[in-house]
Amino acid sequence: MNTPEFLAGNEAVAQAVRLCRPRVIAAYPITPQTTVVERLSEIVEAGELDAEFVHVESEHSALALLMGSAAMGSRTFTATSSQGLLYMAECLYYASGGRWPLVMMNANRALALPWNIYGDQSDSLALVSAGWVQAYAENAQEALDMIIQAYAVAEDPAIRTPVLVNLDGFVLTHTYEPVSVPEQAEVDAFLPPRDLPDGFPGTFRADAPQSLAITAGPGDYTVFKYQQHAALLAAAAAIRATAERFRARFGRGAQGLVEAWQADDAEFVLITLGSIAGSVRSAIRALREQGVRAGLLRLRYLRPFPAEELGAALFGSQRSLPVRAVGVLEKDISFGHQGSVSLEVKAALYEHASRHRAPAPPVLNFVAGLGGQEIALTDLHAMFADLQGLAHSPSDDRRHLAAPGFTDVRFAGMERFLEENQHQDAA
Amino acid sequence: MKKISIKTLPDEEFFVGHKGCSGCGGTLILRWTLKALGDRCYVVVPAGCMSAISFIYPQMAFGVNAMIAPFAATGAVLSGIAATIRARGIRDVHVVGFAGDGATADIGLQSLSGALDRRERILYICYDNEAYMNTGVQRSGATPRGARTTTSPSGQVRFAAAKKDLVRIAAAHGIPYAASATTGHPADFLRKLDRARQVDGPAFLHVFAPCPPGWGCATDAAADLGRSVVETGLWPLVEWDHGEVRINREPRSFAPLADYLGAQARFRALGEEDLAAIAAARDHHWQALRAWARECAAAAPAAHPA
Repeated sequence: MNTPEFLAGNEAVAQAVRLCRPRVIAAYPITPQTTVVERLSEIVEAGELDAEFVHVESEHSALALLMGSAAMGSRTFTATSSQGLLYMAECLYYASGGRWPLVMMNANRALALPWNIYGDQSDSLALVSAGWVQAYAENAQEALDMIIQAYAVAEDPAIRTPVLVNLDGFVLTHTYEPVSVPEQAEVDAFLPPRDLPDGFPGTFRADAPQSLAITAGPGDYTVFKYQQHAALLAAAAAIRATAERFRARFGRGAQGLVEAWQADDAEFVLITLGSIAGSVRSAIRALREQGVRAGLLRLRYLRPFPAEELGAALFGSQRSLPVRAVGVLEKDISFGHQGSVSLEVKAALYEHASRHRAPAPPVLNFVAGLGGQEIALTDLHAMFADLQGLAHSPSDDRRHLAAPGFTDVRFAGMERFLEENQHQDAA
Repeated sequence: MKKISIKTLPDEEFFVGHKGCSGCGGTLILRWTLKALGDRCYVVVPAGCMSAISFIYPQMAFGVNAMIAPFAATGAVLSGIAATIRARGIRDVHVVGFAGDGATADIGLQSLSGALDRRERILYICYDNEAYMNTGVQRSGATPRGARTTTSPSGQVRFAAAKKDLVRIAAAHGIPYAASATTGHPADFLRKLDRARQVDGPAFLHVFAPCPPGWGCATDAAADLGRSVVETGLWPLVEWDHGEVRINREPRSFAPLADYLGAQARFRALGEEDLAAIAAARDHHWQALRAWARECAAAAPAAHPA
């Protein structure tokens, strides 16, 4: 067992990348991603990692460059955030369509306008359909572990799908925690060799020229897209198997795409992702002392979407009590509708309900933490109170939960504005 | 390394079966380039004509390793290939970008600048057909004054800007080698290609490439237009080599503009005043070019590895 080091989330990612030994790193700076690539440039210059560190002139070029490197069979890394992630949006689809096993870290940050450098999840959620595996770390240790596992999943010949590992900006990227950093030999034994094997699909061959990143007409295009979709669905099993293998070797790590906590007897379940899960656990501990059966489901991966795991956690035979109300807490809003994660959860619940001819519990969407707005313990208690109120109120009285223009969506952090502008319609 | 020349070009073809239009200057330059460089090439072609005609699954036209880059990212994808070649110590290969004027002078300029700035060991060839041809002849930053396109239907005369000077833009990065060439001077092009492949660092070639459907010229005009554009002074043949500027052809007097412009429908609407303006802009461009050459000759030349 290693002595834990005291690392910020970004530094844990940099250490993980060092251990995964990419050949090529390309990066463009953006807050709050910068310390990842600063550490990596130091690591490369110190000779601790034999890699090319390429200073690109934009995020678009960072990801495009790595596609060239991956086509040459190299393991790669880049990191970005917010505007940078959206600036490379075209390349995200390009990379997943090209089936290159890239790994990228994203520091979840709000999107302009207004400009805001603090954490929320609207950046990666805007690109949830880009064909990448999307992982969300809760803490620095999980960030390190997820990066290592990301290479194993991405480079699985049956998957060949890029992976985006998300860390909440500042709250996770810049907060120091004890992190166990594995030995190089252990990681070497866990991962495939750093160069993709000769003949790996999507790579050039010296002896048999390949045309890559091709054009395809409507019929072939559909087949390629279907295969891409099938591979991303199959990634769920690869993620589970990789997590099991990781735990067997390193002795830690959550299993599966959803982590259930105090959930099997929970009547009121909050579903969330990322670093806020720690605060949710604290709230649940306090509520449990008061006799409220509260529980947590943490989405560790949003793509592939863990619909079946979610269904099992909410309705499986292991449950001792039925779920009475579900909340989805996310740092995102899909303007004109509701939070992106809420939409995903509701779709899964509907599918489960229609398949099993069972009623689905009511769902409240809590949109909170936008632009780094604090989510306090009191906010979380209020959310659970809303869920209890929802379960106890007669159905025709539910409309009071909806702000004007919204259906079962609550914005946290609006209290002061509403107080000061009582005469105005906040919506 | 065997010297490249028009006499020693092999019979082998590395770019066949594509869907290029008759008389396409771009495909001609690409064909020459690959014949000259041989099979140990990694080619990057951005979205555009050259990729649209040659990568259509399942029929691939390239006989060497090749991939399509995002439109804006030729320089970056080339750099990614070059980074792996550096990292793994791969020797005796060429990393060749082949991009049109839009992908070079406009949307890809930033990515090209990054690659030149980092001194990537790449060879970047811009085939310049002076508009966005793949999308149907729209104006680009390399469209010359007076040329009609589908987004400049009355010709370019109302645009103050001259065509972007890509050789000087590339040279301004302080790279080892940049040169212009045309389809009308294959020996000159191959000599420059030979130089470009041997320098240590990025090399940039800017090559005049007629487009019959876009220009309204004959499908056998690539050679003639490639000569008349030089004789009229509209396309100087120039080399930047480690800080030294060589003007390869210094015509004592220019041939009449009509020799070049008259053979193309895109210039048909030009009147006397427009022709005078084009001639004046050309003369000014030559003054600036000669001044640049003198200025570079006066400055201490950079270290000049053979």
